Amino acid sequence: MPPAVQFTQVSRTFGEVKAVDQISIDIEDGEFFSMLGPSGSGKTTCLRLIAGFEQPSSGSIRIHGSEAAGLPPYQRDVNTVFQDYALFPHMNVRDNVAYGLKVKGVAKAERHARAAEALAMVALDGYGERKPAQLSGGQRQRVALARALVNRPRVLLLDEPLGALDLKLREQMQGELKKLQRQLGITFIFVTHDQTEALSMSDRVAVFNRGRIEQVDSPRNLYMQPATTFVAEFVGTSNVVRGELAQQLSGSAAPFSIRPEHIRLDGQPASGEVQVGGVLHDIQYQGSATRLEVRLDSGQLLAVSQANDRWQAQAQPWQTGQRVQASWPREAMTVLRETQP
Amino acid sequence: MSLAVKRAAGSSALRRISDLLYRRPNLYLLMLLIPPLLWLGAIYLGSLLNLLWQGFYTFDDFTMAVTPELTLGNFAALFNPANFDIILRTLCMALAVSLASAVLAFPIAYYMARYTSGRTKAFFYIAVMMPMWASYIVKTYAWTLLLAKGGVAQWFIQQLHLEALLQVVLQIPGVGGSTLSTSHLGRFLVFVYIWLPFMILPIQAALERLPPSLLQASADLGATPGQTLLQVILPLSIPGIAAGSIFTFSLTLGDFIVPQLVGPPGYFIGSMVYAQQGAIGNMPMAAAFTLVPIMLIAVYLSIVKRLGAFDAL
Repeated sequence: MPPAVQFTQVSRTFGEVKAVDQISIDIEDGEFFSMLGPSGSGKTTCLRLIAGFEQPSSGSIRIHGSEAAGLPPYQRDVNTVFQDYALFPHMNVRDNVAYGLKVKGVAKAERHARAAEALAMVALDGYGERKPAQLSGGQRQRVALARALVNRPRVLLLDEPLGALDLKLREQMQGELKKLQRQLGITFIFVTHDQTEALSMSDRVAVFNRGRIEQVDSPRNLYMQPATTFVAEFVGTSNVVRGELAQQLSGSAAPFSIRPEHIRLDGQPASGEVQVGGVLHDIQYQGSATRLEVRLDSGQLLAVSQANDRWQAQAQPWQTGQRVQASWPREAMTVLRETQP
Repeated sequence: MSLAVKRAAGSSALRRISDLLYRRPNLYLLMLLIPPLLWLGAIYLGSLLNLLWQGFYTFDDFTMAVTPELTLGNFAALFNPANFDIILRTLCMALAVSLASAVLAFPIAYYMARYTSGRTKAFFYIAVMMPMWASYIVKTYAWTLLLAKGGVAQWFIQQLHLEALLQVVLQIPGVGGSTLSTSHLGRFLVFVYIWLPFMILPIQAALERLPPSLLQASADLGATPGQTLLQVILPLSIPGIAAGSIFTFSLTLGDFIVPQLVGPPGYFIGSMVYAQQGAIGNMPMAAAFTLVPIMLIAVYLSIVKRLGAFDAL
């Protein structure tokens, strides 16, 4: 079985700018694959290369085993959910959803039936007669989803589809998208700059930076074992320790990462733990946890997160200026490769 | 300190007027609108209604005198075969000019909206609008020379060895004439030339508002470029085409210079009004003719509206 989408040494340049730089990835059939990265990192360009809105400057893109470079979007078995939804304002919801079937010459009765089915799938039955302008943002987003899915694509591309929704709705849609993907069993390729979104929904995540891929891994591995300094800092919060301090704490000059929640501030170090002293610099109460910043004796700042699950923590609150000993187990440190600037 | 400053300013007359206007926004609006309303209402609409009212006056053919005896005779006379012919001729020309302008303008507008930016776009704006800076009468006279026997147009047709075709076209009744400059075709060409910018700019504005993602979505869903044009681009540019056609249609209906200078003899509505109130002095008949384009445009607008052209606005 060939991968759903396969990039081999793909580059896309715009003048001097290398938007996508020698990328190779295999996206397996039926997986929920996210492309995560800051804006301008090349993730959206990759999506547009798969959809066919862009053509690669070099390299090969295969969709289900057949070469796609050079094929126009309308000859590809992929569909896109656009960031701005891109619903046709002059058509009602049903005609929007049935559009892909109409241009392929499907008879009216069948395309209306399939449009109704797709609308039911996204819980919008009975909205067929409305115009897009009469819908809320969340409803438009569902219509965009139904419009893409009605064509039964083997690969669905989603370009930051939840970006315009408010937090509650976004969390709800994340769950629904994941459920839909499992139910349909098709490949979802999801572009986002929101790392929590990528971590919570995906089977695998590719982290993009400056047109290159830093790491492709499962959300768990990405978080627990970041490969590079960029991934450690972009996915979640991390303390990246470099240079002399790294040498002193880990015994090697290579940079390493330690997550704030893996650091303890109370008690004595157990055997095999690393300990470093400092002064509490800043305290932020965040409900389930408290974020603390420790200025180490060497001058660096260390972010620490302490779960607020003990009454003691409340009885004896932290105070800025207080001297603390930070300690963590050796195995919590992950050695990183320095990302080339 | 700041309180004292506030109180001092509050006592000034100007501040009190500002406060009053702030508290009564309707008064503010009224003061803003009185000058334009006076102009539009009293001077523009008033004189137009006054003119139309004169259409009910009686004109004596023998004494050439206008008497304020009310009659419907002038409006009835519009349906005389001779007058009705003028109306029909003008209407057909206005429709043909609008249609041809839309067909010619669409590709230019599409190119301007989708493929140009910065300097190229500025160049296109200037190129489209520059002809409008030149005098309209000069341009029309220039066209009489271009289309005349031995003129540039005929020379060009000779170079292409198409004189025979031109002769055939000129013999078609309702289109032709003895030469290009005295034919309906020639008049049509001049009208299209003169009103084309009024069609390009609104279509270009409509296409400019079209988000590129809509075209990508259409292609993504499997539509070929032709299907995207018919299903997405054209329907969404109809408000622009409608706006442009309102210009070309009404400007052609009211024009009285081009019909006099180019094309076969015979009146247009505009030149008829000109002749009636000028040479003949039959103000009531001129007024009756003035009503015709107003009615035609009203009908045209209601048809355009019924076609849904304004739904997407």
